[in-house]
Amino acid sequence: MNDLIIVGSGVAGMSASIYASRYKLEHLIFGDTPGGQGMLAGTVENYPGYVSLPGPELMQKFVEQVKHYGVEVNQANIKGLAKIEAGFEVKTDKEKYQAKALILAMGANFRRLNIPGEEKLIGKGVSYCSTCDAPFFKDKIVAVIGGGDAAITGALHLASFASKVLIIHRRDEYRAEPAWVERLRQNKKIEEILSNEVTEIKGQEKVEVIVLKNPYQGSQEIKVDGVFVEIGQVPSSVLAGQLGVEVDEQGYIKVSPGMATNLPGVFAAGDLAAIEGGIHFRQFITAASDGARAAASVYQHLQGKAPTPSWGK
Amino acid sequence: MIKLTDENFNEEVLKVKQPVLVDFWAGWCGPCLMAEPVIEKLAKEYQGKIKVGKVNVDENPRITKKYRIMSIPTVIIFHGGKEIKRLIGFLRKKEYKKMIEEVLEQ
Repeated sequence: MNDLIIVGSGVAGMSASIYASRYKLEHLIFGDTPGGQGMLAGTVENYPGYVSLPGPELMQKFVEQVKHYGVEVNQANIKGLAKIEAGFEVKTDKEKYQAKALILAMGANFRRLNIPGEEKLIGKGVSYCSTCDAPFFKDKIVAVIGGGDAAITGALHLASFASKVLIIHRRDEYRAEPAWVERLRQNKKIEEILSNEVTEIKGQEKVEVIVLKNPYQGSQEIKVDGVFVEIGQVPSSVLAGQLGVEVDEQGYIKVSPGMATNLPGVFAAGDLAAIEGGIHFRQFITAASDGARAAASVYQHLQGKAPTPSWGK
Repeated sequence: MIKLTDENFNEEVLKVKQPVLVDFWAGWCGPCLMAEPVIEKLAKEYQGKIKVGKVNVDENPRITKKYRIMSIPTVIIFHGGKEIKRLIGFLRKKEYKKMIEEVLEQ
């Protein structure tokens, strides 16, 4: 039996694998997309050690480091997770794998707006990946919806192709890093529409118009060629539910500061984990840190110890 | 996987009797890089039944524009010179498989 199975191969899962390798834990790592959401990131400028590099490049370095220890990401599709007597079982389409402990690191998926016209116009001007699709909007007018880092970096990236970028955010201030907001405000191609929401996307063959909740410059309808939706994420915790792992009201897995879930032997890390008393802060570095701590906790758990508290004696 | 271009698209895709799966991609697109190994595997699995090729949207603006590609990866299956199925965004292997199976059943 394996010591550990890691489910998910984004930043958290791969960081857990690197640490598990160094703890000499026999382990497997599963994930349908090596690199996970990191592959969607445009420029990463806050991961220590690198001033600036594209997300996919950083993720390639993670994959190489995992491989360096003789571990390969298994891209099988996972059907289910179950508790067995001596540990846990992970079922794929073809096979079953057992391990004494699990780290759940399935990450999150982008959130949709769920407004009329959105679904119909996906790929016809509606996009969830500005790094992928910005070059298709050369000299066009685009709207970016959202106020986090992904929205701001997306708007900046789009501004190097589009003739005009509208950033539309439902609050009057951004959640993004002030360093990004400053760069946004220096960019003459970007116009901000704050405290407003898009309620509908219209268009026949492609996106033509967005409808706003409140009028902007006297009109509720604005002509655009593209709509980039960057409004955050939904945790991919469906598999965890089958195991009986406790999640919070938004679907994030509840974990202790040692990344332990309510089930002994099951740990969670990265974007789908919500640390008790922690803040909502989901970054490359926090996912990497979660993965490292989860692997260390698994090591202690397998030795029959509770995770060592970092406070007290 | 065959490298498709503005120049050879007609010969290699539209005039081919077999169904042809075409992956529109670019080097700057992370999800395209994730889709690539999946599609390569499918190309091997369905060898002889379906032809598989890829179009770099950066280098082939004519084809990209003709098929109104505005989001990548986009995977289109052509048969008899016409587009018959389209999937947008990076999906799991089983979804691409389902798309191919549906075309082969017709």
